[in-house]
Amino acid sequence: MNGFLTVCKRELKSYFTTPLAYVFLVIFLVAIGFLTFNTGRFLGVGRFYENRQADMRVFFQAVPILFIFLAPCTAMRLWAEERRTGSIELLLTLPITPFQAVLGKFVAAWIFLAIALALTFPMPLTVCYLGSPDLGLIITGYLAAFLMAGAYLAIGSFFSALTKNQVISFILSVVACAFFYYAGLPSIMNLLASFLPAAIVKSIQAVSLLDHYESLLRGVIEIKDIIYFLGLIVAWILSCTIILNQTKAA
Amino acid sequence: MISVKNLTHHFGPIKAVDDISFDVEKGQVLGFIGPNGAGKSTTMKMLTCFLSPDSGTASICGHDIIRQPLQVRSSIGYLPENAPAYSEMTVNSFLNFICAARAIPRRQRKTALDRALQLCSLNPVKNQTIETLSKGYKRRVGLAQALIHDPQVLILDEPTDGLDPNQKHEVRQLLKKMAPDKCIIISTHILEEVQALCNRTIIIAQGKIRADSTPEKLKTQHNRPLEEIFRTITQN
Repeated sequence: MNGFLTVCKRELKSYFTTPLAYVFLVIFLVAIGFLTFNTGRFLGVGRFYENRQADMRVFFQAVPILFIFLAPCTAMRLWAEERRTGSIELLLTLPITPFQAVLGKFVAAWIFLAIALALTFPMPLTVCYLGSPDLGLIITGYLAAFLMAGAYLAIGSFFSALTKNQVISFILSVVACAFFYYAGLPSIMNLLASFLPAAIVKSIQAVSLLDHYESLLRGVIEIKDIIYFLGLIVAWILSCTIILNQTKAA
Repeated sequence: MISVKNLTHHFGPIKAVDDISFDVEKGQVLGFIGPNGAGKSTTMKMLTCFLSPDSGTASICGHDIIRQPLQVRSSIGYLPENAPAYSEMTVNSFLNFICAARAIPRRQRKTALDRALQLCSLNPVKNQTIETLSKGYKRRVGLAQALIHDPQVLILDEPTDGLDPNQKHEVRQLLKKMAPDKCIIISTHILEEVQALCNRTIIIAQGKIRADSTPEKLKTQHNRPLEEIFRTITQN
C-alpha cells in the first residue's frame, strides 16, 4: 500500500512539474469544446445548439473519440520513459512490488484524466443555465467517460511497458483503443459479418466498449457494465505487470 | 552477509554470468573488476532482484533473492549503472520520494535526508532539478539515494565513474569510513580504485570468476602491477 501511494503521488506530481499537464489540459479542453459545438453532425447526433435540448449527449459522444488519442498520449510515457532513462532499474529495486508500481502509475494517470474531465464543468453549468437537464444522465455520463478513460489508460500502460520507444507505444495503443471502441459500431459489425462466422462477430461485439458505454449514457447503471470496465482494466493492468516482469531488463 | 551460490544468467544464447559463487562478510569492501561485458552489472542486478537468475540463488542478510525479494531490497542500498534518477525532480524531492518508498517513518525523514545530503556534499544543489546537475553531482545523488536508509549492504555499480579526482577521493573516503560496519560491493574497471578502497577483489571475465583474493596478495603472488595481472587473467 505504501509503495502504491508513493509511486502514485510522485507520478501525479511529475505531470505538473513538467509542461505536459498544462499543454495536455489546454488541448483537451479546446478540442472537446470544438467537437461538442461544431461537429455533432459528424458524430451523428447534430450540433449542440441545433439539438435544442438541454442535455450533454453530444459532449459524451465526443469524449471517447478524443480519448482514443489523448489517453495513449498520457499513458505512453508511463513505462517507456522509465525504460529509456534507466530509472526503471531504480524504481524496481526499491522495496516495491512491480504490481504496486504498475497500479500506482496507472492510477496517477487516471486521476490526471479525471482532473481533465472535471475541468469541463462549464459544460454542465451551461446546460443547466439553458434549461433543466436530467442531472442523473449527466452524472452517469461522467461516470461512463471516467471508466472509458480508465480502460484506455490500462491498454496504454500495457503498450508502454512493451517498448522503450514512446512513439511505438502511442501508435499501438491508439490502434488498440480504436479497435475496442469501434468494434461495436453497426457498420463495422455488418462489414465483419459479411466474411466472418456469426459467433466470432458476436464475440467481437461483446468485447467492444461501445455497447457498455452507450448503456451508461442512457442513464442506466448496470452492474454488468461496471464489471465489464473494471474487468477490462484489471486484465490489462495484470498483463502489463507480467510483461514488465518479463522484459524489464531488456 | 552476502552468500552467492551458483548464480547463472543468460541473455539469449550468451552466458552473461556462468555459475559463480562467493561469500562476502561484514567489514569487507569487495571490488568487482573485469572487462566490459564480463557480467559484473548482471550479477549486481540479480543480487538486487532486478533480474531473476536462470539457476542458482543468493541470500542477502539471510533473505533469499528469489523467495524474499522485498526484504532483500529493503536491506540493500543500490546505485545502478549511470545513476538513473527522475531528472525533472529536485534533489530534495527525489530523496524524499526514496525515503517514502523505503518506508522511512515521517519523523525520521528529515534526519535521514540531512545526513545523506551531508555525506554526499549535496547541500549546495539540494533545490536544483536533477537534469541541471553536472555528471559528478548526478552520481552523488545516486549515491545519496543508496545511503539514505543506512543499509547494511551497499551494491554500487561504478560509483566513481564521471567524477573528477577530488570527488573520487571524497567518495572513496566516504566508503572507507562506512566500511567497518557494512558490507560493500563495488564494480569498477579502474584498477587504482581497487587498490585504494577494497580489501578484497574478484576478477571476473566471460561470466566466470578468474581470481578471488586481496589486491595485495595478487600483487605479491604475481609480482607484477595489478594492471598486467588483470590483462593476463582476463584475456586467457
